[in-house]
Amino acid sequence: MRLRILSRFLLFFVVLVGLFLPLFALDGGAVWAQSRASQRFNPDISLNGLFAASYFSEPNHLQFGAHDPNARGFTLQNLELTLSSVVDPFFRAEGHLIFGFDDGESIVEIEEVHMTTLGLPYGLQVMAGQFFTRFGRQNKQHPHAWQFVDQTIINTLMFGGDGLRNLGVQVSALLPLPFYLELIGSVQNARGETALSFLSSSEETFAGRPIVDQAINEGNDLLYMGRLKTSLDFSENTSSVFGTSHLLGSNGTGLDTRTRIHGIDFFIKWKPTLAQNGWPFLLLQGEAMQRSYQAGAALVDDSLIFRKTFKTEGYYIQTLYGFKRQWVAGLRYGSANATDPSDPRTGDRWRISPNLTFYPSEFSKIRFQYNHDQSDDRDDPIHAVFIQYEFTIGAHAAHTF
Amino acid sequence: MKKIVFTLMWIVFIQTPLTAEAGKIRVVTTTEDLAAITNAVGGDGVQVDFIARGAQDAHFIDAKPSHMLKLSRADLFVQIGLGLEVGWAPSLLMGARNAKIQRGEKGYVNASEGIELLEIPTDKIDRSAGDVHAEGNPHYWLDPMNGQQIANNIAAGLIRIDPAGKESYEQNLKQFSEKLDRAITGWKRKMEPFKGEKVVTYHNSWAYFLQRFSLEAAAYIEPKPGIPPSSAHLAQVIRQIQGEGLRVIIVEPYFDGKVSRFVARKTGAKVVLLQPSVSSGTGIEDYFQLFDHLIATLADGLKK
Repeated sequence: MRLRILSRFLLFFVVLVGLFLPLFALDGGAVWAQSRASQRFNPDISLNGLFAASYFSEPNHLQFGAHDPNARGFTLQNLELTLSSVVDPFFRAEGHLIFGFDDGESIVEIEEVHMTTLGLPYGLQVMAGQFFTRFGRQNKQHPHAWQFVDQTIINTLMFGGDGLRNLGVQVSALLPLPFYLELIGSVQNARGETALSFLSSSEETFAGRPIVDQAINEGNDLLYMGRLKTSLDFSENTSSVFGTSHLLGSNGTGLDTRTRIHGIDFFIKWKPTLAQNGWPFLLLQGEAMQRSYQAGAALVDDSLIFRKTFKTEGYYIQTLYGFKRQWVAGLRYGSANATDPSDPRTGDRWRISPNLTFYPSEFSKIRFQYNHDQSDDRDDPIHAVFIQYEFTIGAHAAHTF
Repeated sequence: MKKIVFTLMWIVFIQTPLTAEAGKIRVVTTTEDLAAITNAVGGDGVQVDFIARGAQDAHFIDAKPSHMLKLSRADLFVQIGLGLEVGWAPSLLMGARNAKIQRGEKGYVNASEGIELLEIPTDKIDRSAGDVHAEGNPHYWLDPMNGQQIANNIAAGLIRIDPAGKESYEQNLKQFSEKLDRAITGWKRKMEPFKGEKVVTYHNSWAYFLQRFSLEAAAYIEPKPGIPPSSAHLAQVIRQIQGEGLRVIIVEPYFDGKVSRFVARKTGAKVVLLQPSVSSGTGIEDYFQLFDHLIATLADGLKK
């Protein structure tokens, strides 16, 4: 009996050694080189962690952005895993997966996943997948690229806490002119919580009217965006980008109710030729938006409320001054004529935010910011103080101008 | 009103010209050093433009739309590679929508191909070592011997997209090589008396140059590439300069001159301002004049 166990053990041992022997027989260096060689096909991978410690003078604050610091204490604003690579000679692809906490529970979001053509003729480029609508400047930016701790009031009001993004297709063209002029057009689904002003079902009502979940059954139920973007160099040190963006889509308060959003934006950057490691620099950026939301008629509590168009407007303007290597001081002012993203009847509000950011390297930052929030429907302003800290590891693609 | 119209016209005027000179091959390089070599190899048949000015630190260029516009019209794109332009060249290539010059296409040249690179990390790397370049030190154009291989790579690219001009490109390449050979002999002779000298440099950007002329970087003002010096690190550099009797601190115009001058004052070493690229200083119009400047300035600084 004992012998049988022993012989089985021996057999097992021999097979095990036999399995691993080829590995030992190979030159260690060759194995290493082989694994390294195959790794060279891996996409660029990066992980970005964005955290904040915050204090609010009033727990019931006005910070509605999903990536804004939202409670006294600590917030995980964003944990983003990015993968990107050229697919083949024809496409490039990238994916941004977001991890976070929702009431203590861990959640995953597919923020962006899209493929883009590399070689279409006539300056054309097509992008398809899940992507941030290229409306203005702020909406397409991932939270770690924001120049302030939080999202602007007007962006939250128009596009909700997560920004405007959905599945769709975008076509853009760089026109053959003596200066930069790009035309961008996109078609996307208009449903879900990332399409707040449209067929969003995340809010229960808009100005008292229930939002009904509607199926996409005809072209009218999609979201259309058009954008014109131009760039001029004033001098070798100073460059600018100007744009106008226009959105059209159905909203969920009626069968034929539409939402239109128009926006203008600008960006100016000054950086001297002899900048050291990118410093000093001065940025000036602003965006203004106007939404007209046709709210349908509805029967609420046995009384009829009529069809009505609600206009909401707002803007922000911000400046950032990289005054000394590793240091950036910023100031932002934002204002909008509605308080609650789901109820535009409430009053005006504005927010002013000075901040100061220290960049130990390009891959980490520590930011201090103060928010002064003033809203018509409250007597006192809300004060908030944030300390934001961020890291990026791995190979992260460069940001565009 | 007239003033506004005039200003607008002026702004449009300074943007990138739309049309190339008729029939010319349009080349865009990332740096002015590559542009200078392309001009020498391409001759009259090419029209050369560049993104980063010689006076600019090529690590930190903004991916401006005007640069995308330049690339959208290029027939050939030449870059240093090795991660030097990683912060902006990929965005520019993507924004340019020009299929001809994408990586792997005929109109794409990585000038580092075939060059014997220095400081390729052999172990796993991370950024605790600062801005390390995973594929090796990218400042290879500062060894004039590498100028030869850069020119070979550019000529090969030009011939790929313009086979009809082969003879002329080869002729230009031969002339460039012969001139470079003669010049290198002269430069080496001038640096002969300083063989084995140790110097301090601000950033680790002179590895190739120093190796070619048998000099050595004993210390860097930056504690790690891309990381600004702390006072503790500076104190250590100062002690080292005093201990080893180092006499020269090499610094590029876009680095912090104040720190270098402070170290110089404390130690009696001399700050030598070296222009690392074509056109970054006056009188440096081509690749040859770049080394004329480097050799003359450094030899002067090292003189006892």
